[in-house]
Amino acid sequence: MNRRKFIKKSLMTVAALGTFSALLIKPKRVYAAWPKASFDITDLSKSINSVYGHNNLSKTTKVKLKVPDIAENGAVVPINVKTSLKNVESIMLFVENNPQPLSSGYMLSAKSKPVIGTRIKMGQTSTVIAAVKSNGKVYSASKEVKITIGGCGG
Amino acid sequence: MVAEANRENIMSTIKIKAKESKGSVTVRTLIKHPMETGQRKNKKTGEKIPSHFIQEVTCKANGEEVINVYWGPAVSKNPYLTFVYEGSKGDTIELSWLDNQGNRDSNKVTAK
Repeated sequence: MNRRKFIKKSLMTVAALGTFSALLIKPKRVYAAWPKASFDITDLSKSINSVYGHNNLSKTTKVKLKVPDIAENGAVVPINVKTSLKNVESIMLFVENNPQPLSSGYMLSAKSKPVIGTRIKMGQTSTVIAAVKSNGKVYSASKEVKITIGGCGG
Repeated sequence: MVAEANRENIMSTIKIKAKESKGSVTVRTLIKHPMETGQRKNKKTGEKIPSHFIQEVTCKANGEEVINVYWGPAVSKNPYLTFVYEGSKGDTIELSWLDNQGNRDSNKVTAK
């Protein structure tokens, strides 16, 4: 092996090793695209439409939405949703009067139970809607929350 | 690698508590994050504070994904999340988040 060949070979090995380690360092999971379009919409019905492709939310008592009647601080409004519906694929939370109604979405797996809780910001008094997708249909429950101090202006 | 692992243990932005009862594991988590909406202004300079919020939270139990959460800027500062899945004591629960500025963090806990 002459010198030139040796250098070429060693360079190739380094390159191969580089690719291999790049694969190892790569994030464990490629994140699915965050639905930016849906989060950017400022109109409630358009927002619901962009998530489900339609606006047919059937109201049901099987979706339990637990929110305070009056929230003193709009920056922290606790929300709890649970449902007795089966095969729940996702739970989405909408706040009608927020600048962007879609606040958050929860994609469930076969193992997860349809119970979620979080805290959201609300700019003003508004109806909060919890939409649950089960067996391809969308069910909802809504409730008004009165806000004493808005949580979006700061 | 070692430094990163240490950093995760000591300075993780994620606090997780997972408790099993009757075949269901309730996971409660608090994440330290400013969750800036991008609408607030700096009161002194009048400049807009750029948006900075968590977009995605994923939780795996024993390597299997149990929930995938999309958050918008309307989720409160230092967000709280709770959910329930069918599992058992000793499950390894790994929670990770990714924000709109590309930052990420993850933490692990064992279900009690």
